[in-house]
Amino acid sequence: MAEAPRSPLSDMLWRRPNLLLLLLVTPPLLWLGIVYLGSLFALLAQSFFSIDEFSGLINYEFTLKTYGELFRASNFDILLRTIAMASAVTVGAAIVAFPIAYYAARYATGKWKAVFYLGVMLPLWSSYLVKVYSWKLILAKEGILNWLFETLHLSWVLDAYLSIPGIGGNSLSVSWTGTFLVFLYVWLPFMILPIQAALERVPPSMLEASGDLGARPGQTLRHVILPLALPGIIAGSIFTFSLTMGDYIIPQIVGTSARMIGQAVYQFQGTAGNIPLAAAFAVVPIVVMGIYLTLAKRAGAFDAL
Amino acid sequence: MHSKAPLGLKIAAIGGLLFLHVPILLIFVYAFTTEDKSYQWPPPGYTLQWFEVTWNRPDVWQALGLSLRVACVSTVIAIVLGTLCAAAVARSKFFGRETISLLVILPIALPGIITGISLRSAFNIADIPFSTWTIILGHATFCIVVVYNNAVARFRRTSSSLIEASMDLGATYWQTLRFVIMPNMATAILAGGMLAFALSFDEVIVTTFTAGQQQTLPIWMLEELVRPRQRPVTNVVAMVVVLVTFLPILGAYYLTRGTETVAGQGK
Repeated sequence: MAEAPRSPLSDMLWRRPNLLLLLLVTPPLLWLGIVYLGSLFALLAQSFFSIDEFSGLINYEFTLKTYGELFRASNFDILLRTIAMASAVTVGAAIVAFPIAYYAARYATGKWKAVFYLGVMLPLWSSYLVKVYSWKLILAKEGILNWLFETLHLSWVLDAYLSIPGIGGNSLSVSWTGTFLVFLYVWLPFMILPIQAALERVPPSMLEASGDLGARPGQTLRHVILPLALPGIIAGSIFTFSLTMGDYIIPQIVGTSARMIGQAVYQFQGTAGNIPLAAAFAVVPIVVMGIYLTLAKRAGAFDAL
Repeated sequence: MHSKAPLGLKIAAIGGLLFLHVPILLIFVYAFTTEDKSYQWPPPGYTLQWFEVTWNRPDVWQALGLSLRVACVSTVIAIVLGTLCAAAVARSKFFGRETISLLVILPIALPGIITGISLRSAFNIADIPFSTWTIILGHATFCIVVVYNNAVARFRRTSSSLIEASMDLGATYWQTLRFVIMPNMATAILAGGMLAFALSFDEVIVTTFTAGQQQTLPIWMLEELVRPRQRPVTNVVAMVVVLVTFLPILGAYYLTRGTETVAGQGK
């Protein structure tokens, strides 16, 4: 067989794999390093400046004053409220997601497997805004949910629920329950997929063994399945928690007038022109997620991603 | 394994799937309603007129055009950078490898508002005026990870002995790339590209910070969500957006279907 002419370049790359590696990794590294990390540092740097209260101009001197502002009652409330909402959404999503993931991993075969897979993937990837919009339609006063309650003569249940302080309100679309429902809906697929991935790895023989050893189904669930699904649940919670914490569109469209972190960041950098405070607010999710990711890594959640 | 699922589990699972799909289907019904002042349910009547109204709206077309342009360019950039990165990370172990995979995931692991506000303050500091390119800059950054994820999974399944064999048989790097690596990788990269396209096409959070005065389709929708002025047109646009994003997702599904079960049976 005739030998193909080899170019000197090919030979050089073959002999020096590190050169090839360098060529491969430089363009993406430059992009992410300059565009992304550069921007991130630009943001972090701003949080150490402060704003002059009289002139409204940014004072470019290192100070921790802006971080101190975060602990003022009105600002601190925003942080607590956001973290409470993110936790509630995470727990809710785990409860709703588990049966779907469990069924898809253990019982769905053939055609049903595809149905479940696409049934989760399509909502996951379809437009975020359209999903939020659909809930605006559902929760509207003249919308389908109120109609449903009226048709079933259950309006009094809804009214009683809405009169509960804290989670209720004038109507569902301006209550915390409304915000919670939309968050739950929008981030649910992010919880289903990792749980399903974790459960797919549980060998069925292990469940049979548990049953053979005399465990009731409930005991198998609690002592065998749940511990094995936990890394998946934690992996999913990274998404639901992080996404809820940074969102500013959903609470703006559905919910009360009380703000969450995302809205505060948006307003401080926009209309209020207080970029240092906006930056300090933005650092909170970064720190919380940093802690969260470290704990999750220790629990082995990354293998389930 | 083949035991039957308990009824409660079945109901919870099917109920969960319905919960995921009914809201989207509702939009399809609303696109045909005759009511244009409120979100009345059930719709008082059905009509096709809003499709014609939407078709004749220049602002919708303009926003759609911008969204498509941005999505195309961002996807191309993401495909190039994501594939390069995946090739480097999957092929070899080197110092800082973990850091690179973390760096790629960071733009979607952190809340979008952080990416958005970071880019915006960087543009301010560097005195870059807002343009289509600032939107693309942001989109490409978080699209890289989607291509990367798909490509890295495929690279790991492509045996490196194939490449060594090709080189041993006298093929140059380019020939190996063209005839051995690319045919193996093509569907994974294409699938990643389709998902990146879908991601870019409906991204809104980062875009609000990088778009300036321009309107992508999601920004157009956001304005309508905050201050509803033309409900029927919004309903139609929402329905079209759902249909347009379904196509690349189904495409990506068929391109990568079955590849998970070939390798990685490490249960």
